[in-house]
Amino acid sequence: MARIEAEVGKPQGGFMKWIDDRFPMTSTLKYHVTEYYASKNFNLWYVFGVLAFVVLAIQLLTGIFLTMNYKPAAADAFASVEYIMRDVEWGWLIRYMHSTGASFFFIVVYLHMYRAMLYGSYKKPRELIWLIGMLIFLVLMAEAFAGYLLPWGQMSYWGAQVIISLFGAIPWVGDALVEIIRGDYSISDITLNRFFALHVILLPLALIGLVFVHIVALHEVGSNNPDGIDIKKNKDASGKPVDGVAFHPYHTSKDLVAIIIFLMIFSAVVFFAPDMGGYFLEHANFEPANLTATPEHIAPVWYFTPFYAILRAVPDKLWGFILFVTAVLLPVFLPWLDRSRVRSIRYRGWIYKSALAIFTVTFVVLGWLGTMPADGLYVLMARIFSVVYFAFFLLMPYYTAIDKTKPVPDRVVYHG
Amino acid sequence: MGKFKKIVTLLALGVCFSAPVAIASGGGGSNMEKADIDPGNISSLQRGARNFMNYCSGCHSAQYVRYKTIGKYLGLSEEQLIDNLMFNADKTFETIQASMPSADAARWYGVAPPDMSLMVRAKGADHVYNFLKGFYVSEDSPTGVNNQVLSGTSMPHVLWELQGYQVANFSTHNNEDGSVTTTFDGFEALMAGSMDAEDYDDFVRDTVNFLAYISEPIRSDRRKLGVWVLMFLIFFYILASMLKKQIWKDVK
Repeated sequence: MARIEAEVGKPQGGFMKWIDDRFPMTSTLKYHVTEYYASKNFNLWYVFGVLAFVVLAIQLLTGIFLTMNYKPAAADAFASVEYIMRDVEWGWLIRYMHSTGASFFFIVVYLHMYRAMLYGSYKKPRELIWLIGMLIFLVLMAEAFAGYLLPWGQMSYWGAQVIISLFGAIPWVGDALVEIIRGDYSISDITLNRFFALHVILLPLALIGLVFVHIVALHEVGSNNPDGIDIKKNKDASGKPVDGVAFHPYHTSKDLVAIIIFLMIFSAVVFFAPDMGGYFLEHANFEPANLTATPEHIAPVWYFTPFYAILRAVPDKLWGFILFVTAVLLPVFLPWLDRSRVRSIRYRGWIYKSALAIFTVTFVVLGWLGTMPADGLYVLMARIFSVVYFAFFLLMPYYTAIDKTKPVPDRVVYHG
Repeated sequence: MGKFKKIVTLLALGVCFSAPVAIASGGGGSNMEKADIDPGNISSLQRGARNFMNYCSGCHSAQYVRYKTIGKYLGLSEEQLIDNLMFNADKTFETIQASMPSADAARWYGVAPPDMSLMVRAKGADHVYNFLKGFYVSEDSPTGVNNQVLSGTSMPHVLWELQGYQVANFSTHNNEDGSVTTTFDGFEALMAGSMDAEDYDDFVRDTVNFLAYISEPIRSDRRKLGVWVLMFLIFFYILASMLKKQIWKDVK
């Protein structure tokens, strides 16, 4: 009797033991945090993943508080945003954090993706991480697009009008599809309601789920590094990679510094330039949606403009739409388009280095062109740079195969 | 050194993202005068509030702006607020509504006078400043005036008693391809108002300053708070980088 009491009544080995008998707490923490080894020579490019996570947290938290005061109805939406900006205690801060967060989400995600292109992070065995990441990017685009309609300003309305009508270019099903998306014959209160549902429920849920899977897949194969070396090939007697350091406390302490620097830049925008001169909050969006007055110049927010420039470069609506979608989806195939034997740009030849440099310029120029009116020289430039954009991806199997690579060292380059 | 490089790179990234902003905001109408408003000048804002309530609020609402918000920012007592600025409202928490019913206005002018809460944020201070200075006599228009900034506007020249009337001089130029280019050469006074040109500019500037203020009443507060936030983050950065250094000191 006494023996049974000891077994059932008193917990043996403390609180953690009690948890661990019921949930894999200690082993999960070890696997993902304290004994997850990543290369010690991570550079600046390796902070954007964790920063994307930080921005996601900012967006989720501020989003919850915005939802408490926002009214998803065509008649009330614009006024409720102004109510948040003027009458809700700290509402302006929450709203600016959310609107600035949207732009910063794309900044850090674009840089995070660019890191993968610099160091070949999408190459075997990390193809699946890349595919999940591309899915996150697509969901993020949908999330941002749905969210942009909610303030119900002029640009919200007309930007959505332009983008949704693109789907009408699809043969046979186009018109039906456009009606399904809008839920109406034009963008209306109904459209606003369903976009709100997508923006605050479906898409954030999808984002959180995909981010979780993205990290699980990453921890299965291990993080890449600026040298593109497999650090698991060099292990010490205890079985830990000699070039790796534990995620906690090493990378966490390093990431904390990066997060603070990021927050400085983020705060500088939130407190001193929340409009960013019309790039983060477009001027025309301070006018309520007016169904009878089209703004003279409709431009999507900056993060869509590279693809928007490609869309407008094509005179035909259907082909414009096809190239637009293709341009967004082409990076999905990078793991198989890239035939190089090495991962990192450090050991690649001049051909890939030049190609990536040209691609970088192309993407930025296309982004700029997407904000400009589509006439004359701008269209010609958009066409030229669109061709370069596609050439970068489509010719990749050839130029990466013939590119001369340098020998990859056995250990990562680390200067301490 | 590595850390220094990192900070520099991050700052450089920040500059990259803000660079196009500078270029973009440099644009705008070629013959627009700068409004040159001073958001920190409280007496200018007080005069602007007076101008707005006396000359604008008959037709234009500022439906998101509460009287008490203005009173607090402009340093006015409740009594001063009620006596000087509140002509058609009883309680200071009320928002600024136009005296003229919007539906009637739409019938009389063809379009309801727009709400002024966000006008400066949407159009820019320069735009509003030049609009208020840009009325000129035009016989084609039912109001007797047209506007250099917003051609075909339905708004009459409400401030004519102050500015007087002016005519706009245009010159036409026949191009080689047969098209005609019209250029605006400037205004010429037709009838003097009660103010000289300089006083009128100040009057409009104060008004635009007030409109800029109501378009984002929190602007000055957020900038003040931002300084504290950044100072905190700098302090936090120092601690975090010391912690990082300590933890990484054995990594070779």
